[in-house]
Amino acid sequence: MSNIPNSEDTVLRYTLPERIVHWVSALFYMYLLATGLAFYTPNLWWLAVVLGGGSTSRFWHPFAGLVFVSSVIYMWTRWGKDMHITDVDRRWNKTVMNYIRNEDDRLNPAGRFNTGQKQYFWAMLYGGLALLASGLVLWFTDSLPWSLRWVRYIAVPVHVIAFLVTVAGFIVHVYMGTAVVRGGFASVIRGEVTRSWARIHHPLWLEEISKK
Amino acid sequence: MAEKTLEIMRASASTASAPGIRQEATLSKLIDTTTCIGCKACEVACQQWNDLEPELTVQFGSYQTLPELQPRFWNLIRFNETEVNGSLAWLMRKDQCMHCADPGCLVACPAPNAVVQYANGIVDFNQDACIGCGYCIAGCPFNIPKLNQKTSRVYKCTLCVDRVSVGLEPACIKACPTGCLQFGSKAALLEIGGRRVAQLKANGFPNAGIYNPPGVGGTGVVTVLAHADRPELYRLPKDPSVPAAVTLWKLPIHWLGGIGMVAGVVIATLHYLRYGPKHVPEDDEPRNDQKVATG
Repeated sequence: MSNIPNSEDTVLRYTLPERIVHWVSALFYMYLLATGLAFYTPNLWWLAVVLGGGSTSRFWHPFAGLVFVSSVIYMWTRWGKDMHITDVDRRWNKTVMNYIRNEDDRLNPAGRFNTGQKQYFWAMLYGGLALLASGLVLWFTDSLPWSLRWVRYIAVPVHVIAFLVTVAGFIVHVYMGTAVVRGGFASVIRGEVTRSWARIHHPLWLEEISKK
Repeated sequence: MAEKTLEIMRASASTASAPGIRQEATLSKLIDTTTCIGCKACEVACQQWNDLEPELTVQFGSYQTLPELQPRFWNLIRFNETEVNGSLAWLMRKDQCMHCADPGCLVACPAPNAVVQYANGIVDFNQDACIGCGYCIAGCPFNIPKLNQKTSRVYKCTLCVDRVSVGLEPACIKACPTGCLQFGSKAALLEIGGRRVAQLKANGFPNAGIYNPPGVGGTGVVTVLAHADRPELYRLPKDPSVPAAVTLWKLPIHWLGGIGMVAGVVIATLHYLRYGPKHVPEDDEPRNDQKVATG
C-alpha cells in the first residue's frame, strides 16, 4: 500500500510561506538561545565556544535577533487575526486539565490554534519586541550618554526577563510539537495533516475549512 | 593586560574559583584634589607609559582635555567650575578607574576572565578575553570603561599593573609635581589622607573628607575632597553602588531563571513518562495516514 494519503484524507494546515517563516524563526531563535545562554551563565559558556567563540557570538547575536523579531512580526501579519483569545478559548481553557492528561475526548473544541498556541504566539511577539527594544540599547550601549544611563538599567533586566518568558514558551512548544502532538512536527514541515488529526486537535478549524 | 595568575583573586564569569593564592596589602592611589593644580602631567604620563596615541582634544569651553574618558585616554583631569557658599570654586579631580573592592564591571561581565581583580586590589581588563558586549559599562557606577569601536573591546586604567608588579609606582604618580598623587598601601594612604583632612578642616573647610564609598566596598583610589559632603560637585556619585539592574540580573533573576529552565525540561520529561503522546483514533481513517503524519 502506498504511504501517500489521498488528498481527500488530508488537509493543508500550513502554507509554504508559513512553514518557511516558522523555520526561519525557529532556527534564528535557537541560535539566539544558544548564544544567549552562553552569556547568561558561565556554565554554558561552551555554547559560545562551539559557535565560534565569545566575540563571534557577541557579534552575530544582535543581527540574528533582528531576523528573529522580523520573522515574528511577519507571523503577526499572517496569523494575528487567528490568535485573539475568544470565547472558544475560554471554553477550551476550562478543560485544559483534560488536555494536559491527554483526555482529548473530554476537551472543549479548539479552532485553528488552541489557547496554548495562542498564548505562546503572544509571548513570542511581545517577548520578541521587548528583547528587540532592550537589545538595541545593549547593542549600542556605549553610544548612550551617561545622563541616560537609567535606560541601560531598564534594558538589562528587561532583556533577561523577556528571554526567560520566551524560553518558558519555547520549552512547552517544542515538547508539545514533537513529543506529545504526533503529527504536529510533520505538519509544519510538509504542511498537511490528516482529517482525523484535525478532528481531534482542531475540530472547529476542520469544520470551518470543510464548509468551503 | 598582565598575566599574574597566582594573584588573581576574582575573575569574571568563572565557574571555578579564581587561582590566586598570594596575599598582598591593598594598594591605592591618593588623589588630593586640594593640591591638584590641573597641570595634566598625569594625563601625559599615562598616555606615554601605556603607549596610547594622543587623542584629538575637544574645545568645549573648559580647560578639560576631553568631555569624557576614551578607550585610549584613561586618565582625565575634570575641571569643575562651580559655586560653593556663594563664591567660585574651581575644583579639579583626576578621573580614572576607581578599582572598587566590589567591582560592578566584574560582576556584570559575562566573558570568563575578561575582568580580574588581583590580590593587591587592582581591577584589570583582559582584552583578549573581552567580547565587547558593554555590560561592564552598565555595571560601572563611575562611567569608566570605554568601548573601542575598532577592536570591539573595552579599555580603562590598569593602575599601571605592569609597573606595580615590578615594584614601580604608576606613571601618573611619578609625574605629579605637587605631590597631590601618592601611591602605597591603602591603609597608609587613608592615614595620610586623614591628616590632610584634619588640616583642611582647621583651615576653613569644615566639610573636608575622604571619598571612599562603602557601596562598592571602598575604592582603590582614596580621594581627598574639600567638600566631601557634596561629591557631585566633583562629578562623583554621592553614594555609588553596583547598579540594582546588574545585581538583580546576576543574583535572583539569574538563579530563578536557571532553576525555572531546568524545571521546565524536567517537568516536560515527567509529563511524557506519565502521559505520553496524544492518540488520534484511526477508526475512520486508513492506518497509513497516521504513519505519514508522524513522519
